Amino acid sequence: MSTTTLEAVTRGRVRRSRRRQAVLTAFCVAAATMVVVSLMAGRTFYPPGDVLRVVLGETVPGASFAVGELRLPRTVLALLTGVCFGMGGVTFQTMMRNPLASPDIIGISSAASAAAAFAIIVLGLGEAGVSVFAIVAALGVAVVIYVLSFKDGVAGTRLVLIGIGIAAMLHSATSYILNQAGQWDLQAATRWLNGSLNGSTWDESVPVLIALVVFGPVLLGQARGLTMLQLGDDTAAALGTRLELTRLVSIVSAVGLIAFATSATGPIAFVAFLAGPIAARLVGPGGSLLVPSGLVGALLVLVADFLGQFAFGTRFPVGVITGVLGAPYLIYLLVRSNRAGGSL
Amino acid sequence: MTAVTGSGPDAAALRRPGRVRLGWLLVVLAVLVLVVLASVAFGSRIVGWADIAAAVGGAEETLDQAAVVKRIPRTVLAALVGAALALSGAVMQGVTRNPLADPGILGVNMGAMLAIAVGMVTVGLHTATAYIWVAIAGAALSSLFVYAVGSLGRGGATPLKIALAGAATSAALASLVVAVVLPRGDIAENFQSWRVGGVGGASWQSIGQALPFLVAGLVVCLLCARALNSLALGDELAAGLGERVALVRGIAALGAVVLCGAATAVAGPIAFVGLIVPHLCRLLVGLDHRWSLPFATLVGAALLTAADVAGRVVNRPDEIEAGIITALIGAPFFIYVVRRQKVREL
Repeated sequence: MSTTTLEAVTRGRVRRSRRRQAVLTAFCVAAATMVVVSLMAGRTFYPPGDVLRVVLGETVPGASFAVGELRLPRTVLALLTGVCFGMGGVTFQTMMRNPLASPDIIGISSAASAAAAFAIIVLGLGEAGVSVFAIVAALGVAVVIYVLSFKDGVAGTRLVLIGIGIAAMLHSATSYILNQAGQWDLQAATRWLNGSLNGSTWDESVPVLIALVVFGPVLLGQARGLTMLQLGDDTAAALGTRLELTRLVSIVSAVGLIAFATSATGPIAFVAFLAGPIAARLVGPGGSLLVPSGLVGALLVLVADFLGQFAFGTRFPVGVITGVLGAPYLIYLLVRSNRAGGSL
Repeated sequence: MTAVTGSGPDAAALRRPGRVRLGWLLVVLAVLVLVVLASVAFGSRIVGWADIAAAVGGAEETLDQAAVVKRIPRTVLAALVGAALALSGAVMQGVTRNPLADPGILGVNMGAMLAIAVGMVTVGLHTATAYIWVAIAGAALSSLFVYAVGSLGRGGATPLKIALAGAATSAALASLVVAVVLPRGDIAENFQSWRVGGVGGASWQSIGQALPFLVAGLVVCLLCARALNSLALGDELAAGLGERVALVRGIAALGAVVLCGAATAVAGPIAFVGLIVPHLCRLLVGLDHRWSLPFATLVGAALLTAADVAGRVVNRPDEIEAGIITALIGAPFFIYVVRRQKVREL
C-alpha cells in the first residue's frame, strides 16, 4: 500500500471519528436541554434555580411537588425508556440487516405490552412481577416469530410479514384483556395500546433503570460483533465473530430492554423503529450505532412527550405523537427503497 | 407487472366438477343457517326454540323473547358486514393479484374510520348515511394511497410491498384517529369501538341506511367476476382477450371500496375476514371468480356471525367484539399464507 492511500485512509478515519464525536456531543446537549426544559416548563414555570434546588433535595414551596413529584419522575422515565427503545430497536435492525425488523413492527413490543397489561389488570402484580412477565412473553414471542419464519433459512421479508401478523394478533389480545377487566378506561387503553407517560412514578422507573444497568453494558459488549454481523454471516465468522453467541446475547439483551421499558410505559409507537435510522443518518458510517440510537430514542420520547403535553389544546399521550410522526417516516422509507428497486 | 402470485392457474384447480361445487354450496348454506340460528339463540341467556319462533312472529312478552328481538338486528348486521368484507377482500385479491390483500391489512378500514372521525369532530356529522359517504371517500383515498406506495419501483405491486405499505398506513391512520378523537370527550367515550369493530350496536335504522350501499357494491363486484377471471391471466393476456384492463380494475376496486367503506361505517374496523374467506373459497370451489365471489359472500356472512356468537358465548356475560375474534383467528391464517409463499414472490 502506498503512503498516499494510507494517508487517505487515515484521514478518512479521523474525519469520521470527529464527526461521530461532534454528533454524539450534540445529542447529549440536546437531551440535557430537553430534560431541563421538561422540568422547568409546565402549567407553572419554574426558573432553573428552583429546579436545581429541588433536584438537590431542598424544599421549595410549590416547586417541590410540581417538579419533584410530577415532572422529575416523568422526565426520568422518558429518558430511560427512550434509551431502552432506541438501543433495543437498533440491535434488531442491525442483526436482521433490515430497518423494518424493529421490535415494534414485528410484534415484540406488542407481546410485552399484552403481557404487562395482563399482569397488571388481571393478575394485579407489582412492578417486579410485571417486568418478569413482560420479558418472558417477549422472549417467547421472539422465539415463535423466529421459528415461524424459518423455512430454508430465515428470510428478512418473511420475518417482517409474519411479525406484522403476530403484532396484529397481540394487539387484539391487549384489547381483549382491557375489555375483560370490565373497567375500560381511556388512560389504561392508551397506555397499553399507544404508550403513555401519564401518571409516571419513581416505582415505575426502578425496573427500567435496572434493565438498563444490566442489559446495556452487555449489549455494548456485543457492539463489535453486531457491526461485524452487518457484513454478512460468512464474513463475520471469518473475521472471528462467534455468530450464534453474539446473536443470542444480543437478542436476549435487546428483548430485555424493550420488555422492561414497555412494561413501564406501554409500547411507545415507532421509537424503536425510528431511533436507529435517524442515528445512522446523522452519525454516518463506521462504528456502532448503539449509543447514538439510545440517545436519539431518549430525545424522541422527551420531545414527543413535551409536544403531546403542551403543543395542543389537549394532552395527548406520547405514543400518539410518536405514532403520528413515525408512520410517515415508515412510508417514506418504503417509498425510497421501492424507488431504488431495493428488495427491502 | 409481476407474475401471477398465489396458487398458480392449473387446470384442475380452476375447474372443479359441478357436483362438488353444488355440494359445497349446500354445506355453506346449511352452516350459514345454523350460525344464524345460534346467533339468535345464544348470548348471555340461552333461548329455547319456542321462544325464538314466537319472537320472530313478533311477540315480546317474556325476557327470552325480548332478548331474541334484540339479537335479530345484530345477527342481520353481522351477516351483512361479514358478507361485504369477505367479498371486498376477494375482489381486492383479484384486482391486485395479491394473496395478502384484505381491507383491514391494507389500511382501508382505518381510512374509513379516520374519515368518519374527522367528519364528526369538524363538521359534526351524525347520521349513518353521512358516515357511509364519508367512510367510502376515506376508504377510496387510503386504498389509492396504499396501492400507489406499494407499486412504486421495480417489480410493481408485490405482496410484500403492498402489505408493508398497508401496515404502515394503517398504523399512521390509527394514531391519527386517536389524535382526532381524544380531544372530544363526548366522542372519545366510545374509544374502544374506534379501535376494534363489532356489531353490538346494531339497529334496524343503521342497517336500513347501509343496505343500499351494500347491495350496490355487491352487484358491482359480482358483475366483475368474469373480468376478474381474465385479469388473473395477467394484464397483457386480459387485454388480448378484449378486456379493458384499467376500466375493469377501477370498477371492481370501486365496488370493493364501497362495500368495505359502508361495512366499516356501521361496524367499525374489522380485519382479516376479507383475507381468510377468499382463500377458503378458492380451496372449496376453485379459482373461477364466478363461483368464488358468491361463495365468499356466503362464507363471510357465516364467519362474522360465528365470530360474534363466539364473542358472546366465550366470556359470558361479558361480550368480546367480533373484531377481536376475527383478528385472533385471522392473524395465524395470515402467517400461514405468508409461509406458503416463496420468498421470490414476496
